[in-house]
Amino acid sequence: MTVSVSILPEQQLAVLNAAYRQAVARKRLRLLFGAVIFAAALCLAAIGAEVNLRTLFAHYGNFISYFDRILTLDTGQRVWTDVGEWLWGWRKWLKMLGETLLISYVGTLIGATFAFCLNFFAAENTSPAPWLRFVVRRLLEFARTVPGIVFALIFVIAFGLGPMAGVLAIAIHSTGALGKLFSEIVENADMKPVEGVRSTGASWLSCMRFAILPQVTAGYASYALLRFEINVREASVMGFVGAGGIGQELVVAIRKFYYSDVSAILLTIIVTVFIIDISTGWLRGRLFGKEART
Amino acid sequence: MTGPQEFDTRELRARYPDVFDRPASARLAMPAMIVAALAILVYGLIDLDFSPSRFVAGLSQLGWISLMMIPPDPGSSLPIYLKALGETLSIALLGTTLAAVFALPVSLLAARNVVPSSILRFPIRRFLDSIRGVDTLIWALVWINVVGLGPFAGVLAIAVSDFGAFGKLFSEAIEGADQKQVEGIRASGGSALHEIRFGLLPQVLPVIAGQVLYFIESNTRSATIIGIVGAGGIGLQLAEQIRVLEWQKVSFLILMILVAVAAIDFVSGKLRFAIIGRRAVA
Repeated sequence: MTVSVSILPEQQLAVLNAAYRQAVARKRLRLLFGAVIFAAALCLAAIGAEVNLRTLFAHYGNFISYFDRILTLDTGQRVWTDVGEWLWGWRKWLKMLGETLLISYVGTLIGATFAFCLNFFAAENTSPAPWLRFVVRRLLEFARTVPGIVFALIFVIAFGLGPMAGVLAIAIHSTGALGKLFSEIVENADMKPVEGVRSTGASWLSCMRFAILPQVTAGYASYALLRFEINVREASVMGFVGAGGIGQELVVAIRKFYYSDVSAILLTIIVTVFIIDISTGWLRGRLFGKEART
Repeated sequence: MTGPQEFDTRELRARYPDVFDRPASARLAMPAMIVAALAILVYGLIDLDFSPSRFVAGLSQLGWISLMMIPPDPGSSLPIYLKALGETLSIALLGTTLAAVFALPVSLLAARNVVPSSILRFPIRRFLDSIRGVDTLIWALVWINVVGLGPFAGVLAIAVSDFGAFGKLFSEAIEGADQKQVEGIRASGGSALHEIRFGLLPQVLPVIAGQVLYFIESNTRSATIIGIVGAGGIGLQLAEQIRVLEWQKVSFLILMILVAVAAIDFVSGKLRFAIIGRRAVA
């Protein structure tokens, strides 16, 4: 069997080839242009950030040896040869970890409650008045954009040192982040039930309660769990500014060069984050089916 | 014409038993969960030293602070702040780029359709996971020990912590790519590297570019805070001004951060549209 490949006449082919080459050349030129701009921006940034490759190469060994040192006990042995000595402070650390988890839990719950109260006003389809929507949206944006730890710094001064500042900082940041996500779920909700409820003469509140809420609760819970996961990470560094949790221990260990403690605390944080990730993932799968797991 | 129909509830009950007579466990599950959640909340509030008096005192203090913040005023240090803002943007751009460059090859190793053996893939994935489990601020502290205080430590901190995130995201993008093009390359006699270069990369590069831009955006936020531990940028100024209670300068710095983040959001949104089209951005 022979396969015949039809080849275009020479003239036609030449025109097409020329057009093709031109198109490719134009694309390449644009790519080159973009690459040059990007490279220029990188150079500018390197100057701005005082990048000094010599420091990096001179101290690169430090980075490796830092990990070598944090994995070495005071006795000079590797940490895993004497786990009891390595994790000597586990009682204290576990307590601080518990505090970290509580901070993120309470913060997430308070934040989710506020986000729940505000999101109906921020959603396009349910907000009672445009000016209200504008105000609530700007408020949420503010709470979301200012980093949690900046709030923590200010709250530490207002509320005093301790986990309370951390909780409030996480609560405000979560309100901003969840409020936006929640209102997006509401915007995607089916409006027919609302019309049905409204046609019976129900108030705005009943419309929300009986028409919107049943559609969105699963999404809310899923996002709140996801936020909890993120907040555990965030709460682990709240201690850096004195707002409670395991971060306090960690920053002391790093600053005072208690090397093996650094690795031990890092290990407990990583393990906790793993456990929280896996269990919230499992919980979300359990509660809302596989499709909500992403 | 039929009027409003009268339903016999008893008949409905008999027809849909699982709606009307749910087992006690199903009916109790929701209230039980709520009670448990509230119980933990109350325990947490007590354990974390929440007291109404402290809360009210703190709020009034906060009210004072907010009053003192108005009007925002940089005093005479505007040039310093602008330079610090530039530093922050530089940190975000450089850190993200470095992370992307290093994460691309590693993400290939972590992708199921490139490296089929799960024994090889598993340690790489766990490695990336544990990098991601450590917060950027912690990496910043570690790098400060290595290269000293300053923005360079911030660049490296962002690079390392994003390396973990990118490794995971990129490998997911690669796993989502269409295998047919790779098979096509293989069928025409291409080597494994050819498969990656001509079969995979053209599919995943736009996705990756979108993610990198998005991270530059979110890293502008992270870069503002790593200064708090001494890794350069506008966070350093912010933390200093908060510590010395210069509230007008604090509010000015916060405003600067908000404006910068909004500007970066806008630019990178436009760029993402240009690179991957309107459809994929949502």
